[in-house]
Amino acid sequence: MDYELSHLKMLEAEAIHIIREVAAEFERPCLLFSGGKDSCVMLHVAMKAFWPAKPPFPIMHVDTGHNFDEVIAFRDQTVDRLGVRLIVASVQESIDAGRVVEETGPRASRNRLQTVTLLDAIEEHGFDAVFGGARRDEEKARAKERVYSFRDEFGQWDPKNQRPELWSLYNGRHRKGEHIRVFPLSNWTELDIWQYIETEQVLLPHIYYAHEREVFRRDGMLLALTPFIELLDDEELFTTTVRFRTIGDATCTGAVESSASTIEQVIAETAATRITERGATRADDRISEAGMEDRKREGYF
Amino acid sequence: MELLRFATAGSVDDGKSTLIGRLLYDSKGIFEDQLESIERTSRDRGDEYTNLALLTDGLRAEREQGITIDVAYRYFATPKRKFIIADTPGHIQYTRNMVTGCSTADLALVLVDARNGIVEQSRRHAFIASLLRVPHLVVCVNKMDLVDWDQATFEAIKEEFRGWATKLDITDLTFIPISALQGDNVVHRSANMGWYEGPPLLHHLEEVFIASDRNLIDARFPVQYVIRPMSGDHHDYRGYAGTMAGGVLKPGDEVVVLPSGFSSTIEAIDTADGPVDEAFAPMAVTVRLADEIDISRGDMISRPHNRPQSGQDIEAMVCWMSEQTQLTPRAKYTIKHTTRSARAMVQGMHYRLDVNTLHRDHDVPALGLNEIGRVTLRTTAPLFFDDYRRNRDTGSFILIDETTNTTVAAGMILGASQ
Ligand SMILES: Nc1nc2c(ncn2[C@@H]2O[C@H](COP(=O)(O)OP(=O)(O)OP(=O)(O)O)[C@@H](O)[C@H]2O)c(=O)[nH]1
Ligand SMILES: [Mg+2]
Repeated sequence: MDYELSHLKMLEAEAIHIIREVAAEFERPCLLFSGGKDSCVMLHVAMKAFWPAKPPFPIMHVDTGHNFDEVIAFRDQTVDRLGVRLIVASVQESIDAGRVVEETGPRASRNRLQTVTLLDAIEEHGFDAVFGGARRDEEKARAKERVYSFRDEFGQWDPKNQRPELWSLYNGRHRKGEHIRVFPLSNWTELDIWQYIETEQVLLPHIYYAHEREVFRRDGMLLALTPFIELLDDEELFTTTVRFRTIGDATCTGAVESSASTIEQVIAETAATRITERGATRADDRISEAGMEDRKREGYF
Repeated sequence: MELLRFATAGSVDDGKSTLIGRLLYDSKGIFEDQLESIERTSRDRGDEYTNLALLTDGLRAEREQGITIDVAYRYFATPKRKFIIADTPGHIQYTRNMVTGCSTADLALVLVDARNGIVEQSRRHAFIASLLRVPHLVVCVNKMDLVDWDQATFEAIKEEFRGWATKLDITDLTFIPISALQGDNVVHRSANMGWYEGPPLLHHLEEVFIASDRNLIDARFPVQYVIRPMSGDHHDYRGYAGTMAGGVLKPGDEVVVLPSGFSSTIEAIDTADGPVDEAFAPMAVTVRLADEIDISRGDMISRPHNRPQSGQDIEAMVCWMSEQTQLTPRAKYTIKHTTRSARAMVQGMHYRLDVNTLHRDHDVPALGLNEIGRVTLRTTAPLFFDDYRRNRDTGSFILIDETTNTTVAAGMILGASQ
């Protein structure tokens, strides 16, 4: 016995430790679940953390209303299969209630509006800890964020004034109305996620694997044809084989051309890729150099 | 694959972020879109060359000021190892963020600007790394391009550092002359410094032996969470979930639970993947015991003949991290240690350390931001601890200010107070 853990086991152990810590110290945690690969892995780890009991918190989907049907079906199957409680926070309801105003024009997206819906839901349910599946390798502002990320009563992140975070001693103290965002997968990379999906046989929505889809080219990305998006004059639809590397709002999440239809093939592709998943697929990150930092300051995921 | 966590350290502008950028760039650890983005930014700012420090200096304020403010975490892998990098700030004001980055590191890279030699901040950081017991220290003498690749400059810095480091507790110390900007001795061997016979930095990072850094002797299991399923299938299940903090536990082992002192035997060690034959750090497991005894979060499971120390009076080195307040005698805080929280009062302040000379200043009334000193703490409940030298998990704690809720100190236990 050499008492060595594989890097995946180490990452899993760290995530389990964080999730249990939150369950022990907070009154009302909840886990954000979008059906994306990171949240599927996070939920899988949370199920393992409390086995044979269920996680002692609900999961929440911030629903932009601009979904891929497969993902919503997958979300509902997952909830049934695992027997966890789902809360849906709806951006459409925020729009109907006049909390936010829908963007207009062909490039309209509900991505930014989600923040208001998320913060309203956190307040409504009184959540004091919110698990997110964000990883530090995704983006340069995320690379700076603590595992326990303190949010003030407006849900804001203050990157210049983060609490020191030492060893595995996490400080979750906060006043009423403030909360902590918790990122158990902070230290995982995209490749770690896929390798874990393979070893653990984590189920994902099928759109993560290669399939035929009607798409068009915009801003160097392949966007899927959905009822929520209007084509510009010079844009043309065509059918090709694609898969998604991330799943977000259907109007701003790009697909990549790929024939990788199995986990093994996706891993091979991920190991060889020269472009980050956000660079390849997220229009929302292209707004400006500090797009993510600004959105996070406002309370985004 | 083995995982190595390392952190950068050293004074402002000594080239820490540039080195990490270089390491990622030359080992193909960065992606095309990341490179394009920093090329664009460098161009827009009128820099003469692509500023690789932008790979880790991701915050708006950092880019504006050209300095690192908070730790950036970066990830890369070679066929030999996976690496988690914490690129920390050199600016004295942000020392606490450097401490954050080093607390979990297996290895620290201390950068020294070859032109300036060892400055106060290099000493402070090397000292903090040794205090935090980062097991391996690599001194990178950087900007060798600006001193004409001069061997004598390198040797002089090496000698000076070695001389000073004898006062510290550093077990493994290595020196490498580099140019982070040009890539010499980072991933590839330098053609400009034929006189240097050691390996380039990446080679060292791939080969440094870390397996023996762990404590496999003292079994420590701080109970984190009690699992009681309350469902038909597992009605009588009661397991103690937690993360191994040292040593090895096996089913059949006789154990003692603190603070109650009750003994029992391990019936099984569960995970969602099935029971395991052995648990060791840092595995996250669930322990079941043969006897029904009252156990809750904050209790400590260990072996009867190898128990942690226990007590309410502890001696510790603390690193103060608050700008707003100072650590003063009789002040009260919340202390977090393993899975236990209690209140703690500063019983005595013995001295403050001068990080330059390591001189002990006995007549100080308080510790201010980024100062390090030795204190005695009295806690409202007993803690179960080991000396930090022996176990980083059971020897460390944080202090939290009860009015602002911020983390104000990092503590390393020296032992029980007599
Ligand atoms: N000539 C030369 N310049 C270098 C070298 N390494 C870094 N620099 C320059 O030194 C300056 C500071 O580099 P950084 O990497 O930002 O320094 P740092 O140590 O990360 O600074 P802080 O994080 O703010 O403490 C930049 O202008 C770099 O281009 C080197 O090897 N040679
Ligand atoms: Mg820097």
